[in-house]
Amino acid sequence: MALPAAAPPAPRRQLLVGTALACVAGSTLVGGMLAVWVLLRERFLDGGGERFPVDYIITEVASNVMLMTLFSLCLFAQWAVYSAKRDDRAHTGLALGVVAVLAIAFVNGQAFVWYTMAVPLAENYYGALFYAVTGTMTALVVAGIVYTAVAAVRALGGRLGQVEVLSAHALYWYFAAAAYTAVWFVVYVTK
Amino acid sequence: MTTIETHADAAGDSVVASFFAGVAAWVTSTDHKKIGRMYLGFGLLGLLAGAVFGAMLGSERMSDSSVFDSDILVQLFQLERLSLVFFGLVPMTLGLAIAVTPMQLGARQIAFPRLALTGFYAWLGGLVLAIVGLANNGGIGGGDGQAVDQFLAGHGLMFLGLLASAGSVATSVLTTRAPGMTMRRVPLFAWSTLIGALGLLLALPVAFGAVIYLFIDHRLGIEANFGGAEGIGPWLGWVFSVPAVVAFAIPAVGVAAELVPVTFRARQQVRGVAFAGIALVGVASLAALTTQPAHDVTLDPDQSFGPFFEDLLPFLVFAGLPLLGLVVVMGLGGLTLKTGIAGGRPKVTAAFVLSFLGLGMIFVGVAGNFLMAITDLELLGTSFEEGAVLYVVYGATMAVMGGVAFWAPKLWGRTLSEKAVLPLAGLALLGTVLASLPLYVAGFLDQAGGIPANAAQVDAILSLDYAGSAELWNTLSMVGHIVMVVAVLAFVMLMLQTFTGRGDAADDNPFGGHTIEWSTSSPAPEHNFEYVPTVASPSPVFDLTAEGSRS
Repeated sequence: MALPAAAPPAPRRQLLVGTALACVAGSTLVGGMLAVWVLLRERFLDGGGERFPVDYIITEVASNVMLMTLFSLCLFAQWAVYSAKRDDRAHTGLALGVVAVLAIAFVNGQAFVWYTMAVPLAENYYGALFYAVTGTMTALVVAGIVYTAVAAVRALGGRLGQVEVLSAHALYWYFAAAAYTAVWFVVYVTK
Repeated sequence: MTTIETHADAAGDSVVASFFAGVAAWVTSTDHKKIGRMYLGFGLLGLLAGAVFGAMLGSERMSDSSVFDSDILVQLFQLERLSLVFFGLVPMTLGLAIAVTPMQLGARQIAFPRLALTGFYAWLGGLVLAIVGLANNGGIGGGDGQAVDQFLAGHGLMFLGLLASAGSVATSVLTTRAPGMTMRRVPLFAWSTLIGALGLLLALPVAFGAVIYLFIDHRLGIEANFGGAEGIGPWLGWVFSVPAVVAFAIPAVGVAAELVPVTFRARQQVRGVAFAGIALVGVASLAALTTQPAHDVTLDPDQSFGPFFEDLLPFLVFAGLPLLGLVVVMGLGGLTLKTGIAGGRPKVTAAFVLSFLGLGMIFVGVAGNFLMAITDLELLGTSFEEGAVLYVVYGATMAVMGGVAFWAPKLWGRTLSEKAVLPLAGLALLGTVLASLPLYVAGFLDQAGGIPANAAQVDAILSLDYAGSAELWNTLSMVGHIVMVVAVLAFVMLMLQTFTGRGDAADDNPFGGHTIEWSTSSPAPEHNFEYVPTVASPSPVFDLTAEGSRS
């Protein structure tokens, strides 16, 4: 059978689509975990228990700053895309560097929350839930830092014109910000 | 001129060296056809294991004299489910998708091939970890804490691996289609693999989240929230049961849908509706995961209309829509069949018989899921649920076997013997019905079932009045598992024969396939196509035939 040959296919933003699918999977992961959190909280309250957490003071300043950190991080990730489209290597590098610094600051903030709240893991019902949700969120941010490093190597290592990796990278950080907004609201605000 | 001198010893060394080089090339290959075949091979092996465990449990249920200790039976029940679903069904359907879908799309490679390969090894490693954990008294209700943790960690790794491979398949369908192949022109099987992959991407992260909770709670916490090892079942058991397994079996539905127009030499009628039918199965199966497994739909004629309607609507949406999706796919198959018979002689192949009978079995399983959701029937917690899972898993296995027989020319360059495969279709059908239907009947007779979490629950499952009819139904089910083992084993032997070059050499398009993978050579070269073909219709190769140009 002889089908006619076609011109080489146009690029279809494979990395962007793959990242979008990963974000969808990540959303169901975080959404599912928060749903379990809310379910167990309701069961606990129905059983006459106090609202989460029982004896711990939530460090609201740190958790709020972490939220703002992720929102501002998205701006810098988008700035990297903007700069790369204009072939501006210096600003692309600077934007990605700021993204990495802010993401590390988020991890630092999470470590601070863990340290100051000092929730023991093996003492009551709250510990396992708290560390499972916040630990998963931190793992997602660490994955984002790795993504930033890969995007920086690819974008600055001679492929600045290919902004797809930077767009996909920015999309991941939008997802991370949305996911943390949900975690922040459930874990730190409504508790 | 240069000459190369060889002697016997050197030749011997080179055979061994070339063998290991060949193995190394296979296990590190990023060729999607090899990755898919590795998934398929292990999947069939897993299904065999599941059927053997099913036969062992059937023998235990046959009489009141116990062969195995209750503690061992807790693990055996879980081994059966694990083998059937995550060692058998999911890798089989995903493997066929990875092996075939890029060729159907006219792609030279799958999207993110290294990710797909990494996913395979992560799945395999996680599976081994989970099985070792079960064997060491881990798993649901396990007595050894370390082994329970191992079981959970294995599941986490397994889910991550499957997610990686599913992401690769879904991205391929969305981004690597040949020029001219719009989403409306995507082959039905490729469409079903997209829906199936999205199903995995949506369902497995939720299960992964549950694994994270369970692991941390069990290993480091005080087991207050999730009930420790015995609490694993209620939080994770849904991935081993209907309707989740229906979502995992969607590519098997696509195989049958793909083969109908090929068999009846006619274009697929109303393709958009066929797409919707396949999608409906997936979407509704996934949506059902978010609700209770049973609905308070009662058949009491005295109840008031309002509450009845409130209960009926979610029941019809979540339990009824997957069934409707399958009815749509089968109905459109019938429409194509009618057109095909009017236009000329159909070419019924063993692959078609296997896949269409498999689709029928999946339909019976989904119908079981529909009935199970009616609380009045009191089927939840009975062996009826086991029957529904077996119908879906064994039905999907038949459809995948049909798919392997159909695409064998592209994967191995040889065809499986029609005379050998056709009897296997009958044997597999017999095995599926015998293994599953008696459990439906036993479920109506209130035989307890499910995944037990402790010895007491095992005793509840086994403590029946064996002087009654239960003995008959369980004996029949055990025989069904054994028949299925024979059918799958025979099919694997046939596959190995063709793989080692003992089948009939295949033409480029021996079955009259409609889609562009049939325009390349058999077997397909490493990058599938010498040049990227252009596509102007959903059946580009069929258009070039006499029947195609007439229609």
